Amino acid sequence: MPEKFDVIVVGAGPAGTSCAYTAAKNGLNVLLIERGEFPGAKNVMGGILYRKQMEEIIPEFWKEAPLERPVVEQRFWFLDKESMVTTSYKGLEWGREPFNNFTVLRAKFDKWFASKAVEQGVTLINETVVTECIVEDGIVVGVRTDRPDGDVYADVVVLADGVNSLLAKSLGFHKEWKPEEVALTVMEVMKLPKKTINERFNVSDDQGVSVEIFGDSTQGALGTAFLYTNKDSINIGVGTTLSSMIKKKMKPYQLLEYVKNHPMIQPYIEGAETLEYLAHLIPEGGYNSIPKLVGDGVIVTGDAAQLVNAIHREGSNMAMYSGKLAAETILKAKELGEFSERVLDSYRTGIYDSFIGKDLKKYKDATHTFEEHPQYFEEYVPLINRAMNTMFTVDGTAKWDKQKKIMQSFTAGRGKLGVAKDLYRAWKVVK
Amino acid sequence: MNILVCIKQVPDTKIIKVNPKTNTLDRSSAPAILNPYDAHAVEEAVRLRKVHGGKVTVLSMGPPQAREAIKKCVEIGADEGYLISDRRFAGADTLATSYALFKAIDKMMKEDGVDLVLCGKHAIDGDTGQVGPGIARRMGIPPLTNCIKVEEVDLKGKTMKVRRKIENGYELIQSTLPCLLTVEKEINQVAYSPLPNMLRAARYNPIVWTVDDLDDVDIKQLGLKGSPTIVGKMWPPAKSEGAQMIEGDVKKQATEIVTMLLQKRELFEVKGGEQA
Repeated sequence: MPEKFDVIVVGAGPAGTSCAYTAAKNGLNVLLIERGEFPGAKNVMGGILYRKQMEEIIPEFWKEAPLERPVVEQRFWFLDKESMVTTSYKGLEWGREPFNNFTVLRAKFDKWFASKAVEQGVTLINETVVTECIVEDGIVVGVRTDRPDGDVYADVVVLADGVNSLLAKSLGFHKEWKPEEVALTVMEVMKLPKKTINERFNVSDDQGVSVEIFGDSTQGALGTAFLYTNKDSINIGVGTTLSSMIKKKMKPYQLLEYVKNHPMIQPYIEGAETLEYLAHLIPEGGYNSIPKLVGDGVIVTGDAAQLVNAIHREGSNMAMYSGKLAAETILKAKELGEFSERVLDSYRTGIYDSFIGKDLKKYKDATHTFEEHPQYFEEYVPLINRAMNTMFTVDGTAKWDKQKKIMQSFTAGRGKLGVAKDLYRAWKVVK
Repeated sequence: MNILVCIKQVPDTKIIKVNPKTNTLDRSSAPAILNPYDAHAVEEAVRLRKVHGGKVTVLSMGPPQAREAIKKCVEIGADEGYLISDRRFAGADTLATSYALFKAIDKMMKEDGVDLVLCGKHAIDGDTGQVGPGIARRMGIPPLTNCIKVEEVDLKGKTMKVRRKIENGYELIQSTLPCLLTVEKEINQVAYSPLPNMLRAARYNPIVWTVDDLDDVDIKQLGLKGSPTIVGKMWPPAKSEGAQMIEGDVKKQATEIVTMLLQKRELFEVKGGEQA
């Protein structure tokens, strides 16, 4: 006789573990199923963990969690072939409680987070793949795993199975993602002595830096590269939408090599030894790609629900928020004794009414617009670099003439009207 | 049939790094796993239980985190797991380890009795293969090492027949019961654990004993004190160098190898007039 739980959560990433933790803490009997050898073994992100949503699950988690460094400086580089225009914000208040965000290594962090869920009474099993949801009369009543005697039942199944979410797809909640709805990111964790990192990034042991790199880092494709400082390693990676990669016939590992060898970036990783190579898809379809979020006996969370803000590189925080909200919804449903789509629907409205729905709506056209109009990354970044060069090279030319030359360079290719249109379009999608 | 399996949690030596300064294993560089040979021992116990009934109990000595290895055994199908864990056991060589495990088995036997003890042929971190036979000697039962097949078990007549791997084949041996087997990987394939086992293991808490839970223990025979082994020197095996890749189809490769070997005739010359 197969066992029955209150909740089965598929996938022990930020969404799944947040859900399992919250549900178990409030007395529900929870089964958390992870396909990797341990939670975190298969999970990938650039490496920024946001404090706010994590704190809402485990207050003051930074006192115990395996974190790398609190980020005190966010740098933005607009890269050309051998120059860059940069802007940044550094604030020492981000290095003190309650902090803003942290760099983390997911293999360590996710494992710790899941262990906290187990302390709350969650039953966690690893190395087990959920092959399908068990559906009876249109209601999800459990899951089937790849193990012998592998069926297990629950009032509600929470899908936190990541970007591909084959389970939500097989329920008909979404179709196969299109190449423009997902980004492919490749990254390396590179070992570097703590002291060297501190010197190169101008920080102390307990201060970290995040660098987002636009322009030549993706050879003009829609995407970014990044450099994040861990305690004694650096995460370096690059990602673009799958469609850009196909269009430009780029190979992800070649692009990463290009980034690592770029003269503006190479000095930061000089002498570093590669510890790990990771690659993952990121759901970046945004607002219009959010699938059906609830059904009878089932809720979709995190990456599986396309909850990622590509413009602000936020994802794990949305995953945690959605996981927690799913648990709270199930707790209410449990009181009512009903787990129908109608009752669980407060999860859907909760997502759309929260910062997640609002932020994703704000940028709903951003990625698509930048994808359709490649001039922003391909042309304007080099133009800004050349403008700076013209302005600051002392060559006996009068500044008035320099300004004129810069204005001409901007309008030469696209015309005054073209530039005005581009500016308006960009403003419109991020306003 | 009451079967006891002795297991060990080991660092995964496939990926472990050696500290270049001290030449010791950097245990933090590799995850801790159930010694692979021990997994086969547990699997064999579970298979024997299926045929003969009874109970499979697992025993290990180690730090508290070795509970994870015992839970892995419950996934494979063990009924019960004991961990003896105490600072006073620490630093034990194979002699002190087999003494401590024997003392635990002795206590467990008083309750249930043991028909068969199983061990892996050796642990992949030490490769000594001495603890199994050490336990058998102390228990006064026959040790049958390097087993590759259990041919027959006669519980009434208290005998069993096994195949042992030897250098150029195998030997068939009959032993009285109880006895102790150490097993090779060939003995079975560890099955993909069924979901109910996974659920049971996830919730299972192994029974943990300290020295004080055991009876009549001679403290002098435990841990570092009870370990006469002295490690003189450690070094990682030298990496072989100068490998030469031979390309081309099989025929071309074979020709090239033979030619190269013939050029090094001295390798084949018999020294000191001995006949090979």
